[in-house]
Amino acid sequence: MKAIFNRELDEYFNTPIGYVFVGFFVFLTSWIFSYTNVLTQNADLSSLFGNLTLVFMFLVPILTMRLISEEKNTKTEQLLLTSPISVTSIVCGKVFAAFSVFILALAISLIYPIIISMFSKPQVSEIIAIYIGFFLMGITYISIGVFISSLTENQIISAVATFAILFVLNLVDMLSSIITYPIAQKIISYLSVTMRYNDFTNGLVKIDSVIYYLSVTAMFIFLTGYQFEKRRFKK
Amino acid sequence: MIEIKNLYKLYGSKRAVDNISLTINKGEIVGFLGPNGAGKTTTMNIITGYISATLGEVKIDGLDITQNANEVKRKIGYLPEKPPLYEDMTVLEYLNFVYDLKGVKLDKKEHIQNILELVKIFDVKERIIKNLSKGYKQRVGIAQALIGNPEILILDEPTVGLDPKQIKEIRSVIKELGKDRTVILSSHILAEIESICQRVIIINQGRLMAQGTKEELSQKLSNTNTLNVRIMGNLNEIKEELLKINGVTNVEPVSNTEVGAYDFKVSFTPGADIRKEMFFALSKANMPILELKSNILTLEQIFLNLTSEEAMLIAERKLKERKEKILRERQELLKKEENNEEEIKEEEGENENESNI
Repeated sequence: MKAIFNRELDEYFNTPIGYVFVGFFVFLTSWIFSYTNVLTQNADLSSLFGNLTLVFMFLVPILTMRLISEEKNTKTEQLLLTSPISVTSIVCGKVFAAFSVFILALAISLIYPIIISMFSKPQVSEIIAIYIGFFLMGITYISIGVFISSLTENQIISAVATFAILFVLNLVDMLSSIITYPIAQKIISYLSVTMRYNDFTNGLVKIDSVIYYLSVTAMFIFLTGYQFEKRRFKK
Repeated sequence: MIEIKNLYKLYGSKRAVDNISLTINKGEIVGFLGPNGAGKTTTMNIITGYISATLGEVKIDGLDITQNANEVKRKIGYLPEKPPLYEDMTVLEYLNFVYDLKGVKLDKKEHIQNILELVKIFDVKERIIKNLSKGYKQRVGIAQALIGNPEILILDEPTVGLDPKQIKEIRSVIKELGKDRTVILSSHILAEIESICQRVIIINQGRLMAQGTKEELSQKLSNTNTLNVRIMGNLNEIKEELLKINGVTNVEPVSNTEVGAYDFKVSFTPGADIRKEMFFALSKANMPILELKSNILTLEQIFLNLTSEEAMLIAERKLKERKEKILRERQELLKKEENNEEEIKEEEGENENESNI
């Protein structure tokens, strides 16, 4: 697992992908930060982080599109699958590499609360809640992207499909506001990735939301491994 | 030792591998020979654990490839048809990665150094794989397979797409490697198999058509024995004299390249040895033999014979016969069982009658 993790991490920063991801993240967040906080002289970070679901909708496909698709396309998966390691450690190595790049972006974004704290006194507990939510939302999106990458040999299809699915996940909220039937509304809001995220940005850490994010992540990592394995039996 | 037993791989209704069984001993260099799409790659992919077989088992040193996957994979170095290279890495980075991936426990620097020298890629070790020529990429592929000093090397068409000089070099590398390892390589180029391998396994349409050393194969298959002879004398007289010999079935004049002498192709019944008798008969008739050559099949002829449509038809017929035989036996068994049951019933009926009384 460590070998694959190291290689993937190197690959992110040997190719432009890692820089594009981190660069765009910093660009978009600082843009939002200057609008919502600097220009309006507002110390509330929730609107900045609330917008991150939209930002990540565009950024996560960049991070995950080639992770497994490329292995299939260049047949390097033959090397991985004939090496004495399990499919689980192959998938985990890759997923954790993507997580690491994301965590790097997350660390860079700490600069915004630091800037705020220079001019006012934000509540530390609230910022921690925001970051827990941000982290959970990020790994969930990435695991969905990795799963989609395992479905196709084509990186572009992988990226577009990931984008489309994250887009739908963001739209689910709008759907729930249209539907008047209360039970359907409740089910949809229960499944919504973004609505739960908004709790975090408002400073609420709900245990059921934490479990929700972690289980969705685990499920998609498992499905990726399954997909990897299944291909060998079918093909 | 590699043992393959009744291996099948089905893709829908197509049989990519159709009941292949074979044993490969330690230290052998074995060649899989077959036309394109014969099932060589599929068989190799199954042995290395890349894909699973539909039926049958593969054991390496007594360990099953599906049950002890990691142990078995550690014993095998595999070069697939397309070398699995990460093209953005340098050669050294790539080999280091493979070393870590396989979890090898040797001195890393020294081990990789040795491999670089063995496959002669030391000069390009700092270059990015993407920019290497095809021959070098192939060598990096072989280097990758060698990491961890596996006992078994499986090379799928290692020389395909290379220029003649590179082919020669790669072949000598393989020969070198085969000195202390088991090597399986596949090819559709006969000369390659002929020059490298000790044993040839001919596969066509997923079936194992023949196996053995080159000599064994040619002996086994040359059942229509013929001799080529050059004899001095009159054409018709020689012909008459030859046909008198016991066992000769046909005499066919081929050409007369030498003045006063004729070349003949003499066919005789399989198993017979007519050379001695022919010599004495001809010398008695005062017709000296200038040349005598037995017509042993070359590997190429064997290959063509075995992969011809006719051969496939014969193989199919044999398979059909076998199936019919099995069916017949099964039906007979069923009949027997029915008879037994009837007998038992009758006996039971009698018993009941008795008990009623």
